[in-house]
Amino acid sequence: MNLNLEKINGFSVLNILDERIDAHNSGDLKTYLLQLIESGEKNLIIQLQQVRFIDSSGLGALLSGNKHIIAKSGKLALTNIQQQVLSMFELTRLNRVFDIYADLNEAFTDET
Amino acid sequence: MNTALIQVEVVIPTQTKYLDLIGSIGERVAHELDGYTGDREALAYQLNLVLTEATANAIKHAHDDDPKNSVRISIQLQENALIIKVYDHGQGFDLAKVPLPDFEHPKESGMGLFLIRSMMDSVTYTRLDDCNVLEIIKYLE
Repeated sequence: MNLNLEKINGFSVLNILDERIDAHNSGDLKTYLLQLIESGEKNLIIQLQQVRFIDSSGLGALLSGNKHIIAKSGKLALTNIQQQVLSMFELTRLNRVFDIYADLNEAFTDET
Repeated sequence: MNTALIQVEVVIPTQTKYLDLIGSIGERVAHELDGYTGDREALAYQLNLVLTEATANAIKHAHDDDPKNSVRISIQLQENALIIKVYDHGQGFDLAKVPLPDFEHPKESGMGLFLIRSMMDSVTYTRLDDCNVLEIIKYLE
């Protein structure tokens, strides 16, 4: 899976660079998030701008990351979600579980 | 009986790297529909998703130890309906016993069939002689 992690304003911003998250690469994403959280990451923002498709296993990987970071008193936010992908969060009601922001600036403002 | 305007048959090895290919075919079919008046981008996403979920399920339930294992997928476009069939050689399951997701306490897995049912009009799972078939219908009117 193509990922890029950068530090901005004290947040770790994870850019998912693949257009598609499905059962083929969601396991990698899940493992990566768990390792990041185990290593002490507490303020994580995941940018989904490039992602034009996500399936149930991809939602599951993000949910797993969210559960683990909350268990360690951290926060995970999602930004820049494309419309069709956002509709998947709405259909599964996961939009009520995640902190979702339009863009990084909105996330920085609200999370600090 | 309606005749098919388009029929696509694909057989893939039971490997998740082929999910992209299968989903993409669904997207392309949505863009080929003549006279579809609904939200074409939404339909393209739905067909991509439904094919991805159904094929991933079939791969997951296949017998991993059989190298000859494959999943057959058929997409049939009729005058007013799109019929997707995914054949697997696994043990099968009882569709009626698949529970709805617990939205208050969401779990990491178990959302696939819910998504398929939410987006499509009819979903059945039938045991045939030597395989199972998940049949999904979307009416286009």
